[in-house]
Amino acid sequence: MDHQSDTFPKLLTDNAQRFATRVAMREKDYGIWQSWTWAQMRDEIVALANGLAALGFQRGDKLAIVGSNRPRLYWGICAAQCLGGIPVPVYQDSVADEMQYVLEHAEAKFVIAEDQEQVDKMLEIQERCPNMQHIIYDDPRGMRSYQHDHLHDFAEVQTLGREFAKQHPEYVNQEMAQGKGSDISIFLYTSGTTGKPKGVVMTYDNIIMTARNSVNFDKLSQNEEVLSYLPMAWVGDHIFSYGQAYVAGFCINCPESESTISTDLREIGPTYYFAPPRVFENILTTVTIRMHDAGKLKQRMYNYFMEVARKTGVKLLNGEAVSAADKLMYSLGNLLVYAPLKNTMGFSRIRLAYTAGEAIGPEIFDFFRSLGINIKQLYGQTEAAVFITMQPDGQIFADTVGVPAPGVDVKIAENGEVLYRGPGVFHSYYKNEQSTRETKNEEGWVFTGDAGYFAENGHLKIIDRIKDVGRFNDGSMFAPKYIENKLKFFPHIKEAVAFGHEKDYCTAFINIDLEAVGNWAERNNVPYASYQELAGNPQVYQMMLKSIEEVNRSLAGDKLLSNSQIHRFLILHKELDPDDGELTRTRKVRRRIIAEKYGVLIDALYNGSKACFIRTEVTFEDGRKGAIEANLNIADVPTFASTVKEAA
Amino acid sequence: MAESTQDGRKIGGTLLEVKNISLSFGGVKALTDISFDIKEGEIRAIIGPNGAGKSSMLNVISGFYHPQQGEVWFRGQKRGSMRPYEVARQGIARTFQNIALFKGMSTLDNLMTGRITQMHTNLFWQAIWKGPAEREEIAHRERVEHIIDFLGIQAIRKTPVGRLPYGLQKRVELGRALAAEAKLLLLDEPMAGMNLEEKEDMCRFILDVNDEFGTTIALIEHDMGVVMDLSDRVVVLDYGRKLADGTPAEVRSDPEVIKAYLGGAHA
Repeated sequence: MDHQSDTFPKLLTDNAQRFATRVAMREKDYGIWQSWTWAQMRDEIVALANGLAALGFQRGDKLAIVGSNRPRLYWGICAAQCLGGIPVPVYQDSVADEMQYVLEHAEAKFVIAEDQEQVDKMLEIQERCPNMQHIIYDDPRGMRSYQHDHLHDFAEVQTLGREFAKQHPEYVNQEMAQGKGSDISIFLYTSGTTGKPKGVVMTYDNIIMTARNSVNFDKLSQNEEVLSYLPMAWVGDHIFSYGQAYVAGFCINCPESESTISTDLREIGPTYYFAPPRVFENILTTVTIRMHDAGKLKQRMYNYFMEVARKTGVKLLNGEAVSAADKLMYSLGNLLVYAPLKNTMGFSRIRLAYTAGEAIGPEIFDFFRSLGINIKQLYGQTEAAVFITMQPDGQIFADTVGVPAPGVDVKIAENGEVLYRGPGVFHSYYKNEQSTRETKNEEGWVFTGDAGYFAENGHLKIIDRIKDVGRFNDGSMFAPKYIENKLKFFPHIKEAVAFGHEKDYCTAFINIDLEAVGNWAERNNVPYASYQELAGNPQVYQMMLKSIEEVNRSLAGDKLLSNSQIHRFLILHKELDPDDGELTRTRKVRRRIIAEKYGVLIDALYNGSKACFIRTEVTFEDGRKGAIEANLNIADVPTFASTVKEAA
Repeated sequence: MAESTQDGRKIGGTLLEVKNISLSFGGVKALTDISFDIKEGEIRAIIGPNGAGKSSMLNVISGFYHPQQGEVWFRGQKRGSMRPYEVARQGIARTFQNIALFKGMSTLDNLMTGRITQMHTNLFWQAIWKGPAEREEIAHRERVEHIIDFLGIQAIRKTPVGRLPYGLQKRVELGRALAAEAKLLLLDEPMAGMNLEEKEDMCRFILDVNDEFGTTIALIEHDMGVVMDLSDRVVVLDYGRKLADGTPAEVRSDPEVIKAYLGGAHA
């Protein structure tokens, strides 16, 4: 496009002319959706930028943004950029100490905080952050009795700015004109689940070119409505609610509070929506539970038409041919079931929904797609400004994450690691030369740390973290998480642990889902007194066997992983538990600890025995320790010959 | 004469004074010769063991009960025998020990009922609604929305109150009292039956109401920790008589109070 709009402040100026009277932003406040047009928003931002300048904000200074999705905090980002400064959004739910690390590391000189809670955190860490000079707050509630030497009300800073503008009418414009695409636009800190957070330095080119490419890819226009509810510090929100919004000129809606998101979603009816798989999963669960409570007639109607949708909906969405009779049934279903259902979910107007971050269960994926909701997957990283691969319309598969995003090259390294390069590739890690060099090589390829491969249809398939990927004795690839995810898609399997590294074949531990299996037992008159007894029940073993057989059948069709079929398994007598150190607090399997603790069982899986005795120590909820003893059965599972033809 | 507390709040002259109140039901003497005052801007607690006459005292102030003897002075004027709604109109609002909300109505509607004393259009205009009544309702709705924002109850705006958990119902009731824009807020056991977290929230709200709106608050509470932390002055009742009156520290060290609460020391 034209060389002029290579920074966000310049895009803002453009949009304020092109879309002067179009709504750029809404916030629900006092029960009403308050709105700002692009022209109004420009005035607000310029006033703030002038105010910041009056307080001494200079080119290269950092402005930390601390709070949830509020229009004024988004304005803060652009105001800093107007002056050639660098905004640093921070995860608002971090405790003061975590914030201190980021603010100190980024050398933030100014802070815009949402409310008293965040201001208190800032005051707590102020002494340890020598660079921090001014704190500006959005919500004045409870702030009256604070010392106001370095503390400013947002509106007052804008008033100050309007005064400043009278004396220096051209100042902000000149600063804005100085900005160029290769300048640093923002620091996005990683959440730091492993070690200290890293500050990912992004240029305007990174964000704007990526946003422009993805806007074209999905044909987003100025008519989109987006609900901004994900943390502002997360790269996804920065792209969806800022980058793409400025490039396409669409409208951002800020919810009233965290607890009203679902109501606000329904009121706004976004056309473009992002959520992690967990959110879609929760929606489906809620719908299912509420349907169980509904009247007989409604239940039958729902079940009947959902069956119709499963048959026809996905095809319609993919643009495949559908018979006239099926089409008629589908539109009847739409009238009676789908449309009202979408309305309660807030998806009446949805045109495009994305999910990413984790594997999504195929039945969840299909549920939404069969209702006509175009939900797609993408694969991304902070370091890539989100997009590495995306699914094009009409080519949607639950188990792959799509083709390389426009302008992005993806290749698979010798060891199976996914590498990419493209316009969105980050500038560097702030003040961390070594990490930058470890992650990005001289040719610009970035190491994702994920293992994956391209399926035959050219779509990328992510299987595991590269450090968890092992090899069978015959040298073929073993990706435990991929297998475990496949198992966990069955509702009656809560957790699974796969083994196979440096072994001849793959085996697994299974944890049953007490709720789902207990429910099944109740309906089928299977008596049980404890988790352990239910887990050891032969009928439950049969049920698991069937599921695993299904997994094996699907693995047989996979060109790289057909060796990963599960030969033997056992059902654990206790649930894997973070209290016993077997899972992390975020419920990820800790392989090393499990291998130590259940070594006997793993041996038994490989020495052909039919059963194995184990005594495990457990920690009860009140902290006492006890032991459980059990004699576990080991079952063999049929495996299948690989159905993939060797490429000639 | 205005004085300032440590945290910078202003405490002004006497807002309400009760003089020599005596109240009896048949032969039962609920209150005997009680006198105390409530100053503008303060948080005043009324404490005492069960049956001490705390709620009776509050009912006298809010006009529910009419004492046989004694006088109630509000904003420098002696108050004659009044009906509760007249008291409400004067600027006294209250909450109840056992929540008295309209269970079938939404939070928003419940709060709007708090504005009734401030509505001026007559039945005719209300029936037509378009015009003055509509404008008035919008103005009142705005006030109510500020209270919803203040109490952080946006998510339950449209939820019928009967479906809310107890702690939230208490908060809605406080909201309704706030909606009346009272000079004096009477809270009858605002934390009864709450868990620790709900209590902390409620304490925060009471302090914030006092701080932000400068509302004078009189409250009855059993949780001594709460009373000692919140209030500026405490009056202690026992068997319908006044036992002590003063700052939390003074009251705590008063031998009579210790005796009433913990039992006398036997030699």
